[in-house]
Amino acid sequence: MAKIKPRVKVPKKASVGEIVEIKALIAHPMHTGLRKDKKTGEKIPRKIINNFSVSFEGEKVFEASFEPAVSANPYISFPFKATKSGVFDFVWVEDGGAEFNASKKMTVA
Amino acid sequence: MKSTVQLKTISRRSALSILSAAGVVAISGVMPAFADGAAVAAKIKALTGGKSAGDGSISLDLPEIAENGNAVKVAFSVDSPMTPDNYVKTVHVMADGNPTPDVASFNFTPAMGACSASTRMRLAKTQNIVMLAEMSDGSFRKAQQTVKVTIGGCGG
Repeated sequence: MAKIKPRVKVPKKASVGEIVEIKALIAHPMHTGLRKDKKTGEKIPRKIINNFSVSFEGEKVFEASFEPAVSANPYISFPFKATKSGVFDFVWVEDGGAEFNASKKMTVA
Repeated sequence: MKSTVQLKTISRRSALSILSAAGVVAISGVMPAFADGAAVAAKIKALTGGKSAGDGSISLDLPEIAENGNAVKVAFSVDSPMTPDNYVKTVHVMADGNPTPDVASFNFTPAMGACSASTRMRLAKTQNIVMLAEMSDGSFRKAQQTVKVTIGGCGG
């Protein structure tokens, strides 16, 4: 599954107290388990990203859990209040337990 | 009551067939919508533990008409100071016309400084989107909006 590739957008610099927007996207088909393969007529088993979590400097700041109703290539954006410089760690968890990671640094001045 | 008038003028057999046909139409027309709305209502009841959810303080950003049900933007923001004593804990997004009512849920922390998020969801047909926000003091807020879908997103 080499094509599953996360992408995140975090502002490189922010000022103290500023609320920045963080965007994250992962290329994933998000198989619902309801769709059928057009050629074989068999159901495609469910395989989705069921959890997405974000930590800042090791502390969890945001978490989202997804159901099959979330679109393919799940995109998410959320706010974050900049107080200090640090690194964001993003984790996507797929059905079956596979994890995809990304991290990004933000400098706060 | 038209059918009772008809009973006097037509044979018993044809009267029965009219009545049963009308019954089938009534059931098939009403039942699915009722079941779906009930699934969301049951979900809300399970989440709130029977507490009533107040209106207000949630603003939804949903399209009125979604041309493609495969990717419908869903964004919201909840009016909250987001301090450690008063913040939004969780926001649940539900849809009453999909095969399952859940769409996603988001856990917030005071570190975020504001409560909003946006993502994209699949909608099988025209339906209501319900948001339920759980506050740190244990109270709930609810908001609802209908999205019209012209092409469903559940592959057919």
